[in-house]
Amino acid sequence: MLELIIFSTLNGLLYGLLLFLLASGLTLIFSMMGVLNFAHASFYMLGAYFGFQISLYIGYWPGLILAPLLVGGIGALVERFGLRTVRKHGHVAELLFTFGLAFMIEELVQMVWGKVPVDYRVPDLLNFSAFTLFSTTYPAFRMFMLITSVVVFLGLLLLLTKTRVGLIIRAALTHPNMVGMLGHNVPLVFMMVFGVGCGLAALAGVIAGPALVTQPAMAASLGPILFVVVVVGGLGSLQGAFIAALLIGLVQTFAVAINVSVADILAPLGITLTRDSMGGDLWMATVAQVAPIIPYLLLVLVLIFRPKGLMGYRET
Amino acid sequence: MNASALQLKELHKRFGETPIIRGVNLDVRQGERHAVIGPNGAGKSTLFHLISGRFPVSSGQVLLKGEDITGLAPFMINRRGLSRSFQVTNIFSRLSVYENIRCAVLWSLGYRYSFWRMVEKARDARELTESVLEQINLVSRRDVLAGVLSYAEQRALEIGITIASGADVIMLDEPTAGMSLSETEYAVALIRRVSEGKTLLIVEHDMSVVFDLADRISVLVYGQVIATDTPENIRANPAVQEAYLGSATEEKDHA
Amino acid sequence: MREIVNKNGYWMQWVLAALAVIALPYVFSSGAALTMMCLMGFAIIFSLSYNMLLGQTGILSFGHAVYYGMGGFMTAHALNVIAAGKLPIPLPVMPLVGGLAGLLFAMLFGWVSTKRAGTAFSMISLGIGELVAACSLILRGFFGGEGGISTSRTETMKFFGLNFGPQIQVYYLIAAWCLVCIAAMYLFTRTPLGRMCNAVRDNPERAEFVGYSTQMVRFIAFCASGFFAGVAGGLSAIHYEIVTSSVIGAGPSGYVLLMSYIGGVGFFIGPIIGAVLMTALQISLSDYTGAWMLYVGLMFVMVVMYAPGGLAGLLLMHKPMLMRGTFRRLLPAYGLAVVPVLMVTAGGVLVVETCYHLLVKASEGTAMNVLWLQYDAKSPWAWSAIVVLFVAGGMALRKLSPYVAESFHDAVQQAQSKGAQ
Repeated sequence: MLELIIFSTLNGLLYGLLLFLLASGLTLIFSMMGVLNFAHASFYMLGAYFGFQISLYIGYWPGLILAPLLVGGIGALVERFGLRTVRKHGHVAELLFTFGLAFMIEELVQMVWGKVPVDYRVPDLLNFSAFTLFSTTYPAFRMFMLITSVVVFLGLLLLLTKTRVGLIIRAALTHPNMVGMLGHNVPLVFMMVFGVGCGLAALAGVIAGPALVTQPAMAASLGPILFVVVVVGGLGSLQGAFIAALLIGLVQTFAVAINVSVADILAPLGITLTRDSMGGDLWMATVAQVAPIIPYLLLVLVLIFRPKGLMGYRET
Repeated sequence: MNASALQLKELHKRFGETPIIRGVNLDVRQGERHAVIGPNGAGKSTLFHLISGRFPVSSGQVLLKGEDITGLAPFMINRRGLSRSFQVTNIFSRLSVYENIRCAVLWSLGYRYSFWRMVEKARDARELTESVLEQINLVSRRDVLAGVLSYAEQRALEIGITIASGADVIMLDEPTAGMSLSETEYAVALIRRVSEGKTLLIVEHDMSVVFDLADRISVLVYGQVIATDTPENIRANPAVQEAYLGSATEEKDHA
Repeated sequence: MREIVNKNGYWMQWVLAALAVIALPYVFSSGAALTMMCLMGFAIIFSLSYNMLLGQTGILSFGHAVYYGMGGFMTAHALNVIAAGKLPIPLPVMPLVGGLAGLLFAMLFGWVSTKRAGTAFSMISLGIGELVAACSLILRGFFGGEGGISTSRTETMKFFGLNFGPQIQVYYLIAAWCLVCIAAMYLFTRTPLGRMCNAVRDNPERAEFVGYSTQMVRFIAFCASGFFAGVAGGLSAIHYEIVTSSVIGAGPSGYVLLMSYIGGVGFFIGPIIGAVLMTALQISLSDYTGAWMLYVGLMFVMVVMYAPGGLAGLLLMHKPMLMRGTFRRLLPAYGLAVVPVLMVTAGGVLVVETCYHLLVKASEGTAMNVLWLQYDAKSPWAWSAIVVLFVAGGMALRKLSPYVAESFHDAVQQAQSKGAQ
């Protein structure tokens, strides 16, 4: 039991930090430019695939550096030649553009690498088990993922709070026009922020690729959860995104481990429910089976009781 | 003694730590034309936002015809008979001039959220819209998209949307801002016409407009009303003169 | 004759549309064409229902397929119940069941969704779509699990002797519902609520200050839109005689967005054009190329970037010129532009097809066959030719575009001054 709790906590933290790595880039882009990058999870996927391709030729570790740089560069180009053209048509058009982009990236990835998952391997250096607790081993690669996420998060925090660039970014987060008036090259800042945001997403992809499955559907399965994280945390709030990401990560990981259904709980009380009883499926479903829905249930609950999100302040 | 149309009691508004409105007391009598003047940054527009429900109040009360409307949503306040215009033109840019006005009359005529009658068949809506268009002199531009109108035409449309619902308390936020002399004269005549028999609360910088229209004037300085009186008394009031030192002469040059 | 047309112009177009719809099967009588027209029928209703949200009220939903799907599932279940109990309810009424199901779920989810506006609303709609899609795997009784819910449209009571087995009968059923729904949704735009939807789209703040709760306006529009989406879903269930949980997911939700936007969301007729075009492309293109989804995505992005009014917008842009006869001014410019446009399109298509062939069909060897062209996919000559075609076309287009724009403005000016006379 304790074993289950410890490992679930570790995995939950890992998943949560991964979500936050993605959500932080998304929140930065949204706060500065007002556009929610629907293709953010697609850049995550591109990072994983680029990392995979690079690992075939020169190994995993160069991929860790190169893939985010490449994808970040693509992101900057997309901003410069795509988003900038669309900006004059308004926020809805920008969102639609990123939606179309996500669509196209998925098709391109399917075309180049196929619809079947690719074998993105854990690098040999980390292909061992970090520790053994109560007879279950915990892979070292996951520890690496955990540590890297924390390092990136701390780096982001330092950048935003202790550097001049960070100050400008934080100012532009709430008052982009004013920052422009102060003489900063706002279009350039936008391009950099978009590029860096995409690069962060790609980094998450390179880290997660070997551990989770690298396949064309990875963007479509992670994307909606990512948006739930930012809406629940409060659009535009980094702290909110952090809390929401960890919350969802932990809750979902714990839920997957619980193989209990409502029927199981009520049975000892003498109430028998089977598939044929009224609403049978609902009572027979275990918490583990229901786990995929939990983020969305959380979304609905937050919307009913706290519509602005946990810590939100920016309405579009 | 006229009944009170609009009453503000100890109204306070803070944005974060910064107090903008610091205890405003105001009593606008029914049927009067009441102007609010004051130096830039005094909080005049903020006051309008508080009354009309655009911003929540930090503390205090707003009473409309005796009824407490503090903190109500804008549409609820509008339904109780208070209508306001905006300093920065706030119209439906992709609808025609005619449709802009028509949207403003629909609720007051009782059409609410109905989707079972054709709006073209609604004769009362048509007639009311036509009469408002005549009042603001935009009949010839009725099918033009509001977004392509000239600035002065848009300001006229702004006033039109505000009065169309037939509200008896009308608030106009700097209606003549950016207008030329002849446009201002025309706007003043329009405002005088449409506020006949109604209560008017108007924020203005143009002193000639203020002294022309207003029955009483309130002076707002740093979020507080320092004087409320007839135009002649306000002109002679030493506190007002001090607050406006220099800016009164600027206003004379403007005209 | 002209006077009759002008006087009754409004009614004439509906009558003409009805006549055209009745006559179509006689012009296109093959089974494949009939099927395609049936698909277009409920795609039109679905797209129009979507545009009630996006084009008319300004709210962007990424989860509209939920109401389409729930309509389909409820209709399928209802059909099965009716068939089992031999209830005296004829088939033509069944899409109404779908509509009511769509309405019910739109009321349920809409109440929560419309609490927020703008981007938040869009993300919430995505979340709710995923929620329902995930539920569909758990609630196997209702959603039928992997195999979905099968039904039969011929088991209901005969309707004037028709049992709706043959495709042609299904076509007329769908066509009739399509016309009715188009009329209903069009009339909706002419009601007070329809007008306020537009007002809320343009300036939600001002709408509040003229006495309307924007949340309520959006909520009612959402419910109405859900109703019609459910009708479309019901018709689809009747046509396919099976409903699976794939109709609920992000795929169809994205697809209806693409259809409506490419057609043009600012015009009532836009989604109709989009639905017809996309359905035709989907059926015909997918036979010729495996990369057709990529083309659709590319078309969508092009429309978002350069033609936000969609195809309807592009066509209607020419209306003043056609009406006042100044279209002739444009013909030389357009004529000149045709060649570079063809070059760019051909070049682009060839790039995509060649890449596709090399990547996906690698096992079939490198010989390629596009229309009448035969070449080797790896040959450097072929590649250079394609690239030259694309780049040259692009450069020519770039050079020509100021001239085309100028001609266009001239023609519009002429039309306007003619109209003022």
